[in-house]
Amino acid sequence: MRCVLGIDLGSTTTKAVMIDESGRMLGKGITNSRSNYEVACAVARIEAHTAARFDMLERALSYDPSAKAWLVPLREAFRFELFLDDLVDLRATIATNLEGSPYADNKALARAVTSVLDSVQENAADLFVAGAPRRSDFFRDIAGALFVAEAESLARVGVVPFESLVGLYDRAILEVETRLRPRDTKSLLLRAVARSVKMPELDGTSAQQHQRMVQMLEHAVCEATKEQILEIAVVGTGYGRQTLPFPKEAVRSEILCHGRGAHRVFPGTRTVLDIGGQDTKAIQVDDHGVVTSFQMNDRCAAGCGRYLGYIADELGLGLHELGPLALSAKKAIKVNSTCTVFAGAELRERLSLGQRREDILAGLHRAIILRAMSLLARSGGVKTEFTFTGGVCNNAMATKVLRELVDENYGTDIQLNIHPDSIYMGALGAGLFALDALAGDIPPLPAFVRDTRMEAT
Amino acid sequence: MSEQVDSHDQKDKSQQTQKRMIGEHFDKLARAKEDGKKVVYTFVPGNVTELLGALDLLPVLPEINALQSGMRKRSAGYIAEAEKAGHSEDVCTYVKCDVGMQKSGNIGPTGTKLPDPDLLLLSYTGCFTFMKWFEILKQEYNCPVVMLHVPYQTEGNITPEMRDYVTSQLERNVIPALEKVAGKKLDRDALAHRMQLSAKAEEDLVAVWESAKHRPSPIDGYFGGVYYVGPIFSSFRGSEDAVTYYRELREEVEQRVREGRGPMTPDGEQKQEKYRLVVEGPPNWTSFHDFWRMFSKEGATVVSSTYTRVGGLYDTGFRHDYRRPIDSLADYCLGCYTNLGLPTRLDLLERYIKDYQADGFLVNSVKSCNSFSVGQLLMLRKLEERTGVPGGFIESDLVDPRYFGKANIENRIQSFLQVLEARRGKGPGDPLPKRSEGKRALTLIDDQKAGGLP
Repeated sequence: MRCVLGIDLGSTTTKAVMIDESGRMLGKGITNSRSNYEVACAVARIEAHTAARFDMLERALSYDPSAKAWLVPLREAFRFELFLDDLVDLRATIATNLEGSPYADNKALARAVTSVLDSVQENAADLFVAGAPRRSDFFRDIAGALFVAEAESLARVGVVPFESLVGLYDRAILEVETRLRPRDTKSLLLRAVARSVKMPELDGTSAQQHQRMVQMLEHAVCEATKEQILEIAVVGTGYGRQTLPFPKEAVRSEILCHGRGAHRVFPGTRTVLDIGGQDTKAIQVDDHGVVTSFQMNDRCAAGCGRYLGYIADELGLGLHELGPLALSAKKAIKVNSTCTVFAGAELRERLSLGQRREDILAGLHRAIILRAMSLLARSGGVKTEFTFTGGVCNNAMATKVLRELVDENYGTDIQLNIHPDSIYMGALGAGLFALDALAGDIPPLPAFVRDTRMEAT
Repeated sequence: MSEQVDSHDQKDKSQQTQKRMIGEHFDKLARAKEDGKKVVYTFVPGNVTELLGALDLLPVLPEINALQSGMRKRSAGYIAEAEKAGHSEDVCTYVKCDVGMQKSGNIGPTGTKLPDPDLLLLSYTGCFTFMKWFEILKQEYNCPVVMLHVPYQTEGNITPEMRDYVTSQLERNVIPALEKVAGKKLDRDALAHRMQLSAKAEEDLVAVWESAKHRPSPIDGYFGGVYYVGPIFSSFRGSEDAVTYYRELREEVEQRVREGRGPMTPDGEQKQEKYRLVVEGPPNWTSFHDFWRMFSKEGATVVSSTYTRVGGLYDTGFRHDYRRPIDSLADYCLGCYTNLGLPTRLDLLERYIKDYQADGFLVNSVKSCNSFSVGQLLMLRKLEERTGVPGGFIESDLVDPRYFGKANIENRIQSFLQVLEARRGKGPGDPLPKRSEGKRALTLIDDQKAGGLP
């Protein structure tokens, strides 16, 4: 199968979207950008490949309506298998690092680490069942949270100091997440099949049913992984695009990509607002999705996604918890500064004045959106249909305030679009530019793609 | 308007001439006190250099020194020095750079010390900051100031009353003050002669500017342009040297046209002309070459710019006139770009976009300069409406390196150029999105299963 790939190398996350020649989206993938765009890019690509395989798997099973129910635990089991592979790597990396460290002879530390990792493995299983509340899908976040919790309880009883344990984790995780391991999708899927049929969701089914199901899934896995997925063209966008060896013709500005992606999904779109990790862009597009004008924040990243990240860290919350908390506010405290650097200080100052956390958060969200409104005004205002993209549109408070301010400033007739997958709009736009290339001369693939055509190895 | 030409790989004759002229001028300044010469500090817009020359006075232009300090990577230190002395972060960075340079020994762009002024000639042409600037210098140097107040062109034209107001100031205040410092009477014949020389150089400069109407343009009318306007905007208008320089420059540029060559850039000749742009606003000086490369490496040539008109709008027909020297000096001051109202600026930009067949229009909005920046967003929208040519907007500063965000500016420039490409309907192997896109979009939205997105 011939396909193209759009990759959006954001400052926080890297996204990939795979599209086939007919323009149909096959899969999408996301990963944290780490400090290494090349690995992030490859991982996002592999994730998109995996999603494409799941899509093919679903089609291979479409003859049996009951099979759909089995795909949910299968996806979870697949993620858990990936987690376990990463954990094996983490374990080995910590062991190697420990060996070469001044604590090589510290038996207590070695035992404690093993015990922590064992618990991580054990506790992680509960996170990979359908509907389990996972704060994040990234290995770093899941493993990190479990590791820290376990290290804390060991330290509390005085086994080894907390810092020693977490220090080992911090060092190892950087190596693990920047190490690229080929992913053998087929064998991972087969392992996931074996695991999924034992998962609690499927309790109550008979041994015979299990047997039948395993055979059916294994057969479908073989079918779905038979066909080779061949990347023909890749276009990169986003902040990291310049750091990768993309040929010039395979790079597009994220402004054009977000405009085009948003227009593809909502063809009536004329205005796009993208709030990403470190910049905010107000974009106007024509009826073809071609950008007509844009404005973006200057070199200061005040009021962008990273600002919310710092606020969440400061409050010890997950990023996704900010919106709901702010929604429970009774009033919005007026906040003037959206400076990312002073975010923590501003927050602490207001808390010390006795203001409620949720009210402050409501004010912070409003301040961010007000800043975006100013960029929108500068770019030419909000036109009939308006699409909000980028990571921040997953925040319910941000979207609520945006709706209010758009109503207030541009009237209530504006259609506001927010897609659950808005974070992928840039990658989608890049993929569409890659698709254009198929019609003309095929651009050379970026070296990192050529060198790591590793899917289904 | 840089006076130092050091970036071009290939030194043309005119460049060597300019370099010699500047060297000699700064040598004269360095020896001014021992030679008994008097020194007048003044501004680029609304400068009356012919008057100074006719009275044998040596001009110093603090704006030019500031931008030179920016290019020589000295401005950050000078600005810090001025901030230490109490100047706020929000003060125009030319001013702070100048104050800081003065406090650091007043070493000029060629490494020699600049003499203190004997007089500050404050030509006011639309920039309020000029008044505050010389107020500060008056205290620093403890010397007299003479002001030439030029009324703003609100209605877009010069009325007889406005001209009279300026000429009467020239006759009653400015010339007597200059004569007093010079210790002699103004020789009106010498002034008229200088006016003739000015007009000659102006004629050649306009030919250089308008050479950019060719495809490919033989010059970059912004980054290259600031070098070309250097002599005429600063100390050399009305001199034989300027006549020589502009004649040589014009010959070289016309030769480039005949040979079908593109403009020179910091990296040699620009081989490709993919985009023709008109730029509004001053450039950034602290990363001048990096900034230029963001355009030249993408094949973007600036065919015309308003910044290169701040020291005189000669391509609207104005010339210094030896038959009516004082009147024409008044008209010159009244017609400076910074002294024009928004409607006139808009008309001018529209004319540039059309006459020079620009593909795009770009604003560089600098933090330091209110008189330039005010209204620029409105201008952008209006010009898009009037010409249908896409506009872009970037932000930086004159000489404060803290306000030049390289990645952000480059991102915006690339995005802008890609917008031009997309709207032109053809890209490098990348056809414009087809009409059928709407259909595809539906396929995508229906396909809810495919990995989740639409």
